[in-house]
Amino acid sequence: MIFSQSDAPVLEAMRGHLQNRVVPFDVPGHKGGRGNQELTDFLGKSCLKADVNSMKSLDNLCHPVSVIKEAQELAAEAFGAKSAFFIVNGTTGSVQTMIMAATKTGDKIIMPRNVHRSAINALVVNGAVPVYVNPGTNKKLGIPLGMSIKNVEKAIKENPDAKAVLINNPTYYGVCSDIRKIVKLAHENNMLALVDEAHGTHFYFGENMPLSGMAAGADMAAVSMHKTGGSLTQSSILLCGENINSNYIRQVINLTQTTSGSYLLISSLDIARKNLALNGRTIFKRTVEYAEYARSEINKLGGYYAFGDELCDNEAFFDFDKTKLSVHTRDIGLAGIEVYDILRDEYGIQIEFGDIGNILAIISAGDRALEIERLISSLSEIKRIYSKDKAGMFDHEYINPEVVTAPQQAFYSGKKSVPINKSCGMVCGEFVMCYPPGIPILAPGEKITDEIINYINYAKEKGCFMTGTEDIKIENINVVEA
Amino acid sequence: MDLWYTENHSDNVKFSIRVDKHLKSQQSEFQRIDIFESAEFGRMLTLDGLLMITEKDEYIYHEMITHVPMAVNPDIANVLVIGAGDGGTVRELTRYSSIKNIDMVEIDEMVVEVCREYLPQTACRLTDPRVHIFYQDGLRFVRGKENEYDLIIVDSTDPFGVGEGLFTREFYGNCYKALKDDGILVNQHESTFYTSYANSMKRAHHRIKSTFPIALVYQAHIPTYPSGHWLFGFASKKFDPRADLKADWWNSLGIKTKYYNTILHTGCFAIPNNVRDCLRESGK
Repeated sequence: MIFSQSDAPVLEAMRGHLQNRVVPFDVPGHKGGRGNQELTDFLGKSCLKADVNSMKSLDNLCHPVSVIKEAQELAAEAFGAKSAFFIVNGTTGSVQTMIMAATKTGDKIIMPRNVHRSAINALVVNGAVPVYVNPGTNKKLGIPLGMSIKNVEKAIKENPDAKAVLINNPTYYGVCSDIRKIVKLAHENNMLALVDEAHGTHFYFGENMPLSGMAAGADMAAVSMHKTGGSLTQSSILLCGENINSNYIRQVINLTQTTSGSYLLISSLDIARKNLALNGRTIFKRTVEYAEYARSEINKLGGYYAFGDELCDNEAFFDFDKTKLSVHTRDIGLAGIEVYDILRDEYGIQIEFGDIGNILAIISAGDRALEIERLISSLSEIKRIYSKDKAGMFDHEYINPEVVTAPQQAFYSGKKSVPINKSCGMVCGEFVMCYPPGIPILAPGEKITDEIINYINYAKEKGCFMTGTEDIKIENINVVEA
Repeated sequence: MDLWYTENHSDNVKFSIRVDKHLKSQQSEFQRIDIFESAEFGRMLTLDGLLMITEKDEYIYHEMITHVPMAVNPDIANVLVIGAGDGGTVRELTRYSSIKNIDMVEIDEMVVEVCREYLPQTACRLTDPRVHIFYQDGLRFVRGKENEYDLIIVDSTDPFGVGEGLFTREFYGNCYKALKDDGILVNQHESTFYTSYANSMKRAHHRIKSTFPIALVYQAHIPTYPSGHWLFGFASKKFDPRADLKADWWNSLGIKTKYYNTILHTGCFAIPNNVRDCLRESGK
């Protein structure tokens, strides 16, 4: 049978299965919801009925031979990849698969330091060694950008034995590197090009978007379908290019992925892929229109700076994802996290994150014009009511760390817990980050400095949600014993 | 023929009016617009199936949303009306020669078109030269204004759907900014009898109260609205609607009304205990 993008093999198989009224003497034990009334009332009957287990008619995520295989093939076609895998452990699972497939203990991998924690976590697990490329920074906004070609070239030259280069496409803030050139550089030096596209699903379907990983010729890309692609939270897709042995990738996925893949997540990926393939162009056109409108209105308010592609510089800010609504708030005297908190507590608006100097709102086709107006008008009010002098405010989101030991070595070495304020000069044995965005301030193996301690204290004082340390209160930090 | 229009006043309560004719049904970009003809209530406008006005009792709503603020400040000259596509609020305002300008901001042009055709009783004064109609989002319009209006009237639908943005803190804050130092904000304020309406009423009151130094509610009895008991909000930077009532001035105008008078003006701010309890709870 030949499928087209208007098919959804998993969805169709599940519909057939439910119509057949098969008597369930398998897991899940709630048996279509009958065994847990409150859960059924809350999530809905059809949701519970769709929560089924792998079986002959529905295929098996660990070893797809029928409908999941077909759905993955359709996804590969839709994304312009040679093969695709449905991932139910989040894009964290996709990123870790890329790294664990490309490297092993002691191998080097080149990556920007402003990666998501999932990438460095993978290094803790498999023992590969990061070669960090310092991202460019925008002095005014204080945010880390993409990697410049010059810096990638330098890293490759100094580490010709590295196995892969990892690229954020785009960063959380929507900034893209020159991915085409980086992929080319990697391939010329026999390195794999891996792309973290947790925030870039729409690059594959919208018009006039930054270049996607697969289109740039990358070897693997981790795509967060659930972020802007419309599937359920925790579902993700791993894409592979021409030179990747997809059967090996499947084995790597199965090292860490659950053997009880949720059919809610799997079917949501299938349905979301179909929707994007059929309607993606329209969906993301509207998204960009909303975001561009909001950007221009917010910039008219004064004080705020909703940045856009005017910052493109052909280097570390090579391209910009126009669906992202990032707003610089420091000039009204408020940290991004403070604006984030006021929006939620006073105006009933939840945005994606606020950090030291910026906020980020996720815009999608699911928004309505009236909500965009509410966001703009609330920002106008926040400026009117809460703005203050910006003296004494931190002006950067990112501090280049000094790496002393590899993440795995640091994480598994002898450690002791010391108060954060007394840890200056020591080597960190764990992660410290604000979540979101989840970019580590400190990763295992990095030297703790006064500047970093001040930054952590400032972020805590402003109300950032800090995570990563063993100490849930983030007062003490594990350091590597000398 | 046994044709009835029904609105659910709660999940368990229905309110029905026998319909003689279904005159118009149209889907706009924002909502479904219907006009019915009924024996008891005359013509009726519904938006997304919810009753907005009937010819028989619209005067109560429109008199109360306009004359209460007007009788407090004779200097009101520049008025902003948000919503109000049926024209009833504007009709009442045009009766004051002291008003020099009325900006009416209605998001849905089709509502105005339909009302012009089928409800001349309310839409009759939309052609007054002092009236300027802007078809756009109310929140967006008011965001661009500063220190401009003497009175803002929010004549909106319920806070579920199109009118949602007009019950938010950011909207009230932007209204505050758009008003002059002695400005007044009057709004359609839901009711307290049924829980879903009571919750929006509480939220709205809390938000207005945290924006304006003076924030009161007043009541009217409107037979076709859920529970028949309806509330309006009166918020102001300066005027207390009871102490600052200019009864003699208002009566000297000789405006003939069917519901409002200056004795009722004072009385309508005397609200039942259950409403007072709701208002108190709104701060929590």
